[in-house]
Amino acid sequence: MTENDAETLPPVVGQLKDRFGSAISTVSTFRDNVRVLVDRSRLADLLAMLKAESGFGLLAELGGVDYLGYPGRDREFRFEVHYVLLNQETHERVIIKVGVDADDPVLPSAVPIWRGADWMEREIFDMYGIRFQGHPDLRRILMPDEFTAFPLRKDYPLRGRGERHNFPRITREQS
Amino acid sequence: MPVNLLEDDVQSQSGADEKEYHWTLNFGPQHPATHTTLRLVLDLDGERIVKATPHIGYLHSGFEKLGEHLTFNQYVTIVDRKNYISPPMNEVAWHNAVEKLLDIELTPRCKYIRVIIGELARISDHLLCTGAAALDLGAFTAFLYAFNTRELIYDVYEQMSGYRFHPGYTRVGGVLYDFDEKVFQRIDRVVQHMPKVLKDMEKLLFRNKIFLDRMRGVGVLTKEMATDFSCTGPIARASGVTYDLRKDQPYLAYPDLEFQVPYATEGDCYARFQVRMEEMVQSVEIIRQAVKNIPGGPANVAIAEKYPLPDKATAYNSMEGLIQHFELIMPNRGPDSPVDEVYAAIESPNGELGYYLVSDGSQVSWRTRTRPPSFIHFSVFPHIIKDHLIADIVAVLGSLNIIAAELDR
Repeated sequence: MTENDAETLPPVVGQLKDRFGSAISTVSTFRDNVRVLVDRSRLADLLAMLKAESGFGLLAELGGVDYLGYPGRDREFRFEVHYVLLNQETHERVIIKVGVDADDPVLPSAVPIWRGADWMEREIFDMYGIRFQGHPDLRRILMPDEFTAFPLRKDYPLRGRGERHNFPRITREQS
Repeated sequence: MPVNLLEDDVQSQSGADEKEYHWTLNFGPQHPATHTTLRLVLDLDGERIVKATPHIGYLHSGFEKLGEHLTFNQYVTIVDRKNYISPPMNEVAWHNAVEKLLDIELTPRCKYIRVIIGELARISDHLLCTGAAALDLGAFTAFLYAFNTRELIYDVYEQMSGYRFHPGYTRVGGVLYDFDEKVFQRIDRVVQHMPKVLKDMEKLLFRNKIFLDRMRGVGVLTKEMATDFSCTGPIARASGVTYDLRKDQPYLAYPDLEFQVPYATEGDCYARFQVRMEEMVQSVEIIRQAVKNIPGGPANVAIAEKYPLPDKATAYNSMEGLIQHFELIMPNRGPDSPVDEVYAAIESPNGELGYYLVSDGSQVSWRTRTRPPSFIHFSVFPHIIKDHLIADIVAVLGSLNIIAAELDR
């Protein structure tokens, strides 16, 4: 990730830097992506500002990444969650990234800002165990409710741990 | 004592007015009108839906986890199975993201080839969606017309790759085989046949009173809601959002091609249906232009680029090709990818289909996040189905075009 000159960055990055200053730790570009790494404490304010003032009205994508054992990784956070925002007037995209602590994976929910974040946050919770504070209905979405592990974490094996065999079986008499 | 019974009845009725009593109905997981496995738990007041709770995940098989264990070329077979209605579009989206990560510029011919297979996939997807929507509302003939035409598109897939259903046709830096004369003949059959099919479907449906009454004003999605819920593609365009990645963030050969972006403002099931019908007309137009203007030259980037698999003739007949093939196929070999991450999206038949790739420098991505349009569109469903009748579920599900494999991954 390379720190680029201010001229090549879109103006919205300057606005964010002015407003949020020290909460923004890294701004980087790769191909046509512009990534802004923001501190968790200011995430909700930053997303709300981008939507209300900068015209990034569409939350195009929301997902998580587990960096456990990633080569050359020296950042303190194990997980990162990315928000790809799209401005449908200027066709600009900006990617907001936020680090999530491994011991207490909690983030503020984006559902009050975009209702479309609802299911995408549930999926991140289901796959990584990252909890979203303020989410109206944080339940597992793809895995069954009895499932206890978080399958997309890097320390979860590809073939599973045999959870499926331990699910309670309901017989015809019990049902 | 009949008199008392009557009084009891009266009392219980007035009691029902004070406290709301709702039926619970399970719709699915395998309902003949949902086409895929998904379960809806409905809270009903009579036939009116008070609340719909979708339960998904029946097809979940960990495609994203598999993406962390398969190489960029191998994963194309998994991508095919995500949206099995339009596999080539998924392949184009996947390799679009990979090539952005590796910084490969495709040859002009390959760009046109990918546009053609992508638009064929769009027609195939829309044909099934509109046909199945008609089928669910009782118009069986229109479904047969649409489904029969998809055979012609499968013929193209078969001719170009050898497989009818999951072609697995794209590769890093190119495609499996170049188009030959027979492929163009089969594409030509699709292009010539499509206008008549669309006209027939219009005749069957657009003045069909049952069809119109069940589609118009049902499942209305406003423009604000569409943006708020991250909707893209024909569903957002039927609500008045005119955004289309092909026009607004052009990729492949789309800047060279002339086409319109159809949209509607009503946001109901009928608007979504109409937008899809019109998109097919535009797709046929795109294919016609692309076939006419397709540039010559190689379909794959040169093997000097180190990333693309050489085609069979090069691999078997030249030393360079053989070495290159070995270098790419052998485990623990292969070229390096940058240790970085990239998000790339294209306009699939259902909307923005994006991949967020994190690479650790090997041929296998560290994280393969799919941005699945069906998943995002289905989250709208509980909100737009509220206060409708049970019969409307079928119309709304059909117009949202839910593909469970893409929903669950």
